[in-house]
Amino acid sequence: MKKPSTSFKINQVLRSELINIPLNLCLYNPPSPVWHYDGGITLIQLEGISKRYKNGKLVTTAVDNVSLTINKGDIFGIIGHSGAGKSTLIRCVNLLERPTEGRVIVGGTDLTALKSGMLQDARKRIGMIFQHFNLLTTATVRANVAFPLELAKMPRAQIRNRVDELLKLVGLSEHGDKYPAQLSGGQKQRVGIARALANNPHVLLCDEATSALDPQTTSSILSLLLDINRQLGITILLITHEMNVIRSICNRVAVMDKGRVVETGDVLDVFLKPQMQVTKDFVAQVADTIDSGHFDNRPEGIVVRVHFIGEVTYEPILYEEVKKTSATFAILQGTVSRMKDTPYGQLVVELRGSAADTGSVLEGLRKRGLDVEVIG
Amino acid sequence: MRTLSAYQDFIDFFAEINWKEIWRGSEQTIQMLGFSMLFTVLLGLALGVLLFLTTRGQLLENKIVYTVLSYVINILRSVPFIILMISIIPLTKIIVGTSIGVKGAIPPLVIAAAPFFARLVETALREVDRGVIEAAQAMGASKWTIIWRVMLREARTGIIAAITITAVTLVSYTAMAGAIGAGGLGDLAIRYGYQRFRPDILVVTVGLLIVLVQLLQTLGDWLVRRLTRK
Ligand SMILES: Nc1ncnc2c1ncn2[C@@H]1O[C@H](COP(=O)(O)OP(=O)(O)OP(=O)(O)O)[C@@H](O)[C@H]1O
Ligand SMILES: [Mg+2]
Repeated sequence: MKKPSTSFKINQVLRSELINIPLNLCLYNPPSPVWHYDGGITLIQLEGISKRYKNGKLVTTAVDNVSLTINKGDIFGIIGHSGAGKSTLIRCVNLLERPTEGRVIVGGTDLTALKSGMLQDARKRIGMIFQHFNLLTTATVRANVAFPLELAKMPRAQIRNRVDELLKLVGLSEHGDKYPAQLSGGQKQRVGIARALANNPHVLLCDEATSALDPQTTSSILSLLLDINRQLGITILLITHEMNVIRSICNRVAVMDKGRVVETGDVLDVFLKPQMQVTKDFVAQVADTIDSGHFDNRPEGIVVRVHFIGEVTYEPILYEEVKKTSATFAILQGTVSRMKDTPYGQLVVELRGSAADTGSVLEGLRKRGLDVEVIG
Repeated sequence: MRTLSAYQDFIDFFAEINWKEIWRGSEQTIQMLGFSMLFTVLLGLALGVLLFLTTRGQLLENKIVYTVLSYVINILRSVPFIILMISIIPLTKIIVGTSIGVKGAIPPLVIAAAPFFARLVETALREVDRGVIEAAQAMGASKWTIIWRVMLREARTGIIAAITITAVTLVSYTAMAGAIGAGGLGDLAIRYGYQRFRPDILVVTVGLLIVLVQLLQTLGDWLVRRLTRK
């Protein structure tokens, strides 16, 4: 099966000028293949969020004092095992679940302080998609997508055009008159996405949006989400228990365990240098990372781990630097892959030669921007 | 020849029937059924929705309202119809000015059927996927919109099935109401069939009641089939 080329569709829709996106969002630059996103504009601020459920005398702390900052343009992933509190946390963002403590600030507005009418308006600008799609079973695809527009009191004729656009965007133009029961899981999620985007939200919340889908459908939905983020400039906050989802589209990640965020940062950093055991377990889910526990006690030389990030991954840097000296090297283990758009590589090599030679190789590699670590 | 005489016997069996009276009885039954259904659906739908919404974890969670409502409904449902009908005669007189005839039958019919229907509506609403309601909340829908445009819409086949069951139950209640002067087919069956031993009238009235129930059930099932999208 061919993956639908969604970016092409989005471009067409944008050109039609019917989508009413603020100019600064149209000019949104796709993230360049650099992995640091410092200094962005804060879009979502979670301040000390806790959620406790009381059940008789038993108190469950589902979310425990979580603070997170999500910037405009981010695809921010929250990963954790079942029961870690991910769903509870993401549901706190649009107050489907009211936190026991803490504040939720979206686009500068403290949602926790809003009265219900105002909260309803704020929610119209926060799209959400769900693991089980949650479509109206009694309504056609078109009627499902039209629903949020009717809530926003858009005139009927305009609704028709907007629904056409949205269906085109998610590649379902031919299926408008079907009912959800007549669609595949991936198609249902596309309806969910169209519905969530209807009122031009500035953020899209995804609660395990691909967990009910097979791998191929998952990757087509993920690439649709990535396109939406890039072409429409919509910030995405997603939760998942699959590292693969994080690696394919996220630029930032938070790891949750037992209600707490235990690790957070740029995906590449967390991925290449996981600190906590939970994080290491998740990273190990994705098979092409290397485990470097077995290379100490090599008698001949020193064992170093070299991280390549970005375009340097494809440059013959190691060879060039070693060639400058009389040292030699042996590759013990290695991987070259891609995270979202960023190529990265990890090599474990043994450098043989005099201390001066190996020292100057290490220095040369560091000068050229590689991250070098002596591990044995 | 034998078949012919059997046929003749059959004709003779119904020869004495006053069809005009049967027609009037049918009319009265239909009237009782129509009006009591109308008010039962209006009242029962409101009660059922309220019952569902005040349940723990729902949009208007309210333990006191739910408990009180639930008790009243249980009490009304546990009183046999015929006894309920007799015991609320003073109330019936206040509401419609009489306790006999089609008019006098409607308040007790509604008071008996509405709680039953309300429970069925509550059950139908429980079947609505919570996720769909949440999705509507996430889209910024008001509670009122969620009730009308999500919950009742998604539960429509369950509610139609509930209406069908209630209508069928009401047919038998109207027949019972006939016993204390409400008129209708039930009244004919009791007055002629039972008190004056007229099996011919008994057969005809029961036959008509069966046809009525079959029609209601067929119509209900057809609507449910047409509106099912699963
Ligand atoms: N309504 C509730 N009442 C009581 N406890 C709850 C409720 N909702 C969630 N919890 C508890 O809070 C904890 C976190 O649940 P949550 O659904 O957020 O986990 P999750 O990370 O989304 O897990 P999964 O990957 O299985 O969806 C769990 O221990 C759960 O039992
Ligand atoms: Mg969950």
